[in-house]
Amino acid sequence: MMGNVNTTSESGSQLVQIRDLHFQRGSKRIFRGIEMDIPRGKVTTIMGPSGTGKTTLLKLIGGQLKPAKGTIEVDGQSVSQLSRAGLYDLRKRMGMLFQSGALLTDLTVFDNVAFPVREHTDLPESLVRHLVLMRLHAVGLRGARDLYPAELSGGMARRVALARALILDPMMIMYDEPFTGQDPISMGVLLDLIKTVNSALGLTSLIVSHDLHESMSISDYVVIVSDGKVVEAGSPDALRNSSSAWVQQFLNGASDGPVPFQLDAPDYKDDLLGSGSNTPAANGSVAR
Amino acid sequence: MNSRTVEILVGVFMALFLLAMAFLVLKASNLTGISGNSGYQLHGYFENIGGLRARAPVTAGGVRVGQVSRIEYDAETFQAKVTLNIDEQYSSFPEDTTASIYTAGLLGEQYIGLEPGAEEDTLSAGDEITLTQSALVLERLIGQVLLNR
Amino acid sequence: MINLFQKFGRGWLEVFERFGRAHMFLFQLIAALPSLFGRWGLLIKQLHSTGVMTLLIILVSGLFVGMVLALQGYNSLVRFSAEEALGQFVALVLFRELAPVLTALLFAGRAGSAMTSEIGLMKATEQLAGLEMMAVDPYKRVFAPRLLAGFLAVPALTAMFGAVAILGGHLVGVELLGVDAGAYWSQMKSEVSFTHDVLNGLFKALVFGFVICWIAIFEGADCVPTSEGVSGATTRTVVYSSLAVLGLDFVLTALMF
Repeated sequence: MMGNVNTTSESGSQLVQIRDLHFQRGSKRIFRGIEMDIPRGKVTTIMGPSGTGKTTLLKLIGGQLKPAKGTIEVDGQSVSQLSRAGLYDLRKRMGMLFQSGALLTDLTVFDNVAFPVREHTDLPESLVRHLVLMRLHAVGLRGARDLYPAELSGGMARRVALARALILDPMMIMYDEPFTGQDPISMGVLLDLIKTVNSALGLTSLIVSHDLHESMSISDYVVIVSDGKVVEAGSPDALRNSSSAWVQQFLNGASDGPVPFQLDAPDYKDDLLGSGSNTPAANGSVAR
Repeated sequence: MNSRTVEILVGVFMALFLLAMAFLVLKASNLTGISGNSGYQLHGYFENIGGLRARAPVTAGGVRVGQVSRIEYDAETFQAKVTLNIDEQYSSFPEDTTASIYTAGLLGEQYIGLEPGAEEDTLSAGDEITLTQSALVLERLIGQVLLNR
Repeated sequence: MINLFQKFGRGWLEVFERFGRAHMFLFQLIAALPSLFGRWGLLIKQLHSTGVMTLLIILVSGLFVGMVLALQGYNSLVRFSAEEALGQFVALVLFRELAPVLTALLFAGRAGSAMTSEIGLMKATEQLAGLEMMAVDPYKRVFAPRLLAGFLAVPALTAMFGAVAILGGHLVGVELLGVDAGAYWSQMKSEVSFTHDVLNGLFKALVFGFVICWIAIFEGADCVPTSEGVSGATTRTVVYSSLAVLGLDFVLTALMF
């Protein structure tokens, strides 16, 4: 069931290349030889059922976790082999948006957005002010500059976090579940922002989400991950017309199909009559 | 809280710390440990030092002039060798000065009292005080009283 | 029975593993300290949240401890008509033991627990991960300033505790119980050595401050990032650092005095 990973195009058009990636947490194997390419300058969405390690994948790309085996190359550099300084240099060119926004709670919105500039450069304060107000204006929150993160709504916090991620002019932004728990209006605002920011600044965007329709609507490229492997990858249209029953079930949200509604269990009738065992079959993993 | 207030409060905090240190240095303790090296050393042999300890005061005419810096047992003379550290400014004790071990009050701590003699020559650093008077040991005193009766 | 031994063994292995991790953490923490040079703003902010915020409780406790010491000391000393030695008694007990130990215990309860819960919450809300992804080292930006601030604040607080307690002792001993003021101060001054008593006490405080902050920061950074995890870590900080302070106090006293 391997997807059509595009290996024919030259590596220059791929910003992130993941090859034969293995990772496990404790005894749970999260990735088993996953392979993936993220095209440069596009919006890519990684989708999959809950618990498939989508956030883990972002952390692996950001170098916060080390793979057990395999390589991740970002802009030609192998993330797991970089020195600490090299990794930090690479991260300055990557922005990441956490689910909660991860704003520093003891700083105002303005100081939060200014934080990476002040940490990494010695720019004069007047210039910092310009840079910050420009980014805050772009996300529509110039008026919130003196508020503290605790005074912001979830959607506003994510927009501030986006402004902060943009401040160092990164080549790539990773979004971790940006739409979770948003009302329709702020969801629309975020969708719009991600799309326009990507095209206006020539970024590469990588979204991890299970909000299917929203993310499909702004993506150029979609990768569906399940059970530690890539199931299918391609443009949103190509996926909608996919022949795979699994993909169709996932996209339509059908409750029963290749992923059964019932977890592997002894026969219902036997179970009710008390003749079945009390534990499910030993190989009781979710069937495709 | 804005950073100006924070800085002011930390400034006040550090000022209070310096104030407390000044108080401890000036009012609540002495710096003999530091200035102790600026004195000169004399020593004397005693039959019995009783409860004398290192750092006990040395006085002359009731005024503190130094402290006991070391006490050791001399295996050759079978006596206690007591080294005194006398402050620089009290540098003219006659050679026939007597060093006696006294007790402050009936049960208080023991100290060394110096009684200057009449010689012209004075003691200099490293000299020995030859005239010494041992501590008054209470048990011995009581024993004597009982025997003499 | 075998299971019992297995559980016991695993418990110990976990303790050792955690202990090892705490030391690895300490090395990284110390390696990050030099980066604070030139970034005094971070230090000042932490001095505020550790030192200034603990000041009031330290001053009030110091005053009362001094008053109690004078009261108890007077009652014991007056039986030997040695109440003149009250100043010396109060000052020696304070500098050698009570000021460093009580300050450290109060600091652990007030500032240490706050430090753990703050760092734990930063971990739970992904702020630490966010710093990492912004190429900012949390050891340099978050942990090291807190360690240094605690390291400086505890001796400073100890000195203030001692000073206020001596004034408290004066209040009760001299003003209330009628010990001669001259005797109180002169006995103290002649019998308390600055180098031997006061500085040794402050050195103890320095060690305590370092250990408390190490425990507090490690517990925060190592906690399970949930609300139960953070509250558990906060409790552990107070318990472990109190035990560490009392244990270390014994060792240091045995070595020093």
